[in-house]
Amino acid sequence: MSDVLIRANGLSVGFPIGGGLFNKQVLKAVDNVSLDIAKGSFFGLVGESGSGKTTLGRALLKAAPITAGGAHYSDGEVDYDLEKITKDQLKDYRKRAQLIFQDPYAALSPRMTVRDIIAEPLEVMGLTKNRQETDARVREIAAKCRLNLEHLRRFPHAFSGGQRQRISIARALVSAPKFIVADESVAALDVSIQADVLNLLKQIQSDMGLTFMFISHDLSVVAHTCDYVAVMYLGRLVETAPTRKLFAGPRHPYTKALFSAIPSLDPDDRGSAQKLTGEIPSPTNQPSGCKFHTRCPFAIDHCKQVEPKLETDGTGHDVACHRWKELMAPQAA
Amino acid sequence: MTALIDVENLTLKFRTDEGLITAVDNVSFSLNKGEVMGLVGESGSGKSVTAKALMHLNAKNAVYTPESKITLHTDRGPVDVLSLRSPRELNIVRGGAVSMIFQEPMASFAPAITIGKQMVEQLQLHGDYSNDKAKRWSIEMLDRVGISDAAKRFDQYAFELSGGMRQRAMIAMALSTQPKLLIADEPTTALDVTIQAQVIDLMKDLVAEFHMGIVFITHDLGVVAQTADKVNVMYLGRMIEEGPVREVIRNPKHPYTQGLLAALPKLDDLDSPLTPVPGDIPSPLERPAGCVFHTRCSKIVGDVCKSVDPKDRRIDTTHKVACHIYDEVLA
Ligand SMILES: Nc1ncnc2c1ncn2[C@@H]1O[C@H](COP(=O)(O)OP(=O)(O)OP(=O)(O)O)[C@@H](O)[C@H]1O
Ligand SMILES: Nc1ncnc2c1ncn2[C@@H]1O[C@H](COP(=O)(O)OP(=O)(O)OP(=O)(O)O)[C@@H](O)[C@H]1O
Ligand code: SF4
Ligand code: SF4
Ligand SMILES: [Mg+2]
Ligand SMILES: [Mg+2]
Repeated sequence: MSDVLIRANGLSVGFPIGGGLFNKQVLKAVDNVSLDIAKGSFFGLVGESGSGKTTLGRALLKAAPITAGGAHYSDGEVDYDLEKITKDQLKDYRKRAQLIFQDPYAALSPRMTVRDIIAEPLEVMGLTKNRQETDARVREIAAKCRLNLEHLRRFPHAFSGGQRQRISIARALVSAPKFIVADESVAALDVSIQADVLNLLKQIQSDMGLTFMFISHDLSVVAHTCDYVAVMYLGRLVETAPTRKLFAGPRHPYTKALFSAIPSLDPDDRGSAQKLTGEIPSPTNQPSGCKFHTRCPFAIDHCKQVEPKLETDGTGHDVACHRWKELMAPQAA
Repeated sequence: MTALIDVENLTLKFRTDEGLITAVDNVSFSLNKGEVMGLVGESGSGKSVTAKALMHLNAKNAVYTPESKITLHTDRGPVDVLSLRSPRELNIVRGGAVSMIFQEPMASFAPAITIGKQMVEQLQLHGDYSNDKAKRWSIEMLDRVGISDAAKRFDQYAFELSGGMRQRAMIAMALSTQPKLLIADEPTTALDVTIQAQVIDLMKDLVAEFHMGIVFITHDLGVVAQTADKVNVMYLGRMIEEGPVREVIRNPKHPYTQGLLAALPKLDDLDSPLTPVPGDIPSPLERPAGCVFHTRCSKIVGDVCKSVDPKDRRIDTTHKVACHIYDEVLA
């Protein structure tokens, strides 16, 4: 298919952790994930903290070790198998695929001016011919991200969290990439600016023909921004669907719990949410069967033994739950 | 109600290469024991530096005007926070009576020390804890913020945790000393809503259990609605609106607060585009004269907005707003 920019196929990422020499454990941060990201789409990734969103995003950027399965990138100009990618290809891939970090504090070098931080990718990759061209490009992107000329001369410590996030965004965009993983990129922004940055990202996306993987825990932001949403739980995809379908009719009990936990703007509507109980299972000691069964209000014995597969219904709305159909029936739950 | 902290005429500037930046401009507010105050506002409006001032914790280039006064009411009487100098004096407010959850999770953990070791060290700095007791209490706190495998996480480094777990570990560390005042700077920003709900519940429990006061900085008005008793709204260093949470959310008076609420992405309407507050945030080096919001205000009432700094007007005993629209009605 020509309109898929990135395809993951059974992609897994494991981290060796703790233990002695002989009992090294592996933490499966991403577990057997298959997905297609269509060219020019705004692909949302939501899920529990620790569910593997950042790791999946990094794996697609070839910045986390792929331990099983693979991923394929194809933008019409180049075709890369991320598992077997050569050094030269990887160098080129770094221009095409960029990350906007989750934690802008960790991401910005304190000793560089904002101008130099934004210009660095251009200089490192040799994308501009001279300083004038670099400066012009930096100013253009900075202005798009609402940073003025004075800001460019200052050092990151003098900026607020939201301002730093805009610096990271400018830095990621400056090399004119094709694919961007935006990891909680608007989480640190207040709503008036957040709306603006989201509009900006959408604008840039259509202007530059970008494809975004947009990682966020904020479902209303995802609903307004993304065309397609994937929901992760403990390293697995549990539901994927076009945004409107997902919000109109979530099928997985975890997705439903997520939706009902969105904090209401009504102060008198406190605590009405259907709250999940139980511990988040440890990723090193994962539950058998359906990984959500320890917290799912609808779990039955079958769920504890057999892991549900991601079922496709032909309309692009996929879900991994044994009981989703009966739970969707009007009298259930 | 017993007062916990009083902030009077707080004005805070930063010395920079380009001159003095006014980050906080004549801000006053109070918080009682057991009360949760939500602090919201534009990025760069001065929320974090205001919060850090409560612990006298701003960078070395910070300058407080002589009129600025912060009084913390402790068991041993009132403490004039901004007069504290020596590390021993400052210990009263840092991590003892006052605890802060920072916006930048990585910055609050030393990279080369395990999470557990840091928690234990902090407990021992502020209380009489044996190694064993400190460890047990730390693990219990990690557990209470919803970190699975707390005993194992205790021995891990911050970089090994996901963003949200790091944030929860930080919350656990801040709460472990059972502070009188907890300052939480965007504490749930990286958390998904189910965990956020859990952390919010935990904070509420702690308010009830220890009668703690909380200053809760967040840009999520839903979170404010669910947690706060009262809300203060900041813009470019000014406190532009203050009031009980129901009032401010249902009946916002300041054009900026109204804009904030309108900019919120709503789940029941996915078709309309998001409506940001128009215009650019002015640089703090070029603070607009008159009302600091006038360069972006859609309700501007005239030249008075461009030249005269609006005074605080009382809508009623608890709801205050700084905007010329109310000059005549409430003068
Ligand atoms: N050490 C410093 N030196 C110079 N300026 C500073 C310093 N610390 C903060 N500032 C400036 O003070 C202003 C207020 O910053 P602050 O971090 O309080 O914003 P904030 O309201 O917390 O924003 P955000 O929501 O983005 O975190 C900003 O303009 C910032 O650039
Ligand atoms: N370098 C690493 N070494 C060991 N474990 C890691 C490493 N990076 C991530 N992990 C683990 O992998 C799991 C998934 O982490 P990840 O950061 O992908 O989660 P996330 O979904 O992005 O969470 P959040 O919403 O909190 O950012 C977590 O259990 C985390 O502790
Ligand atoms: S498979 Fe069973 S446990 Fe898993 S989500 Fe569905 S009902 Fe719940
Ligand atoms: S004082 Fe004037 S400019 Fe400022 S918020 Fe009120 S109406 Fe707008
Ligand atoms: Mg993450
Ligand atoms: Mg801040």
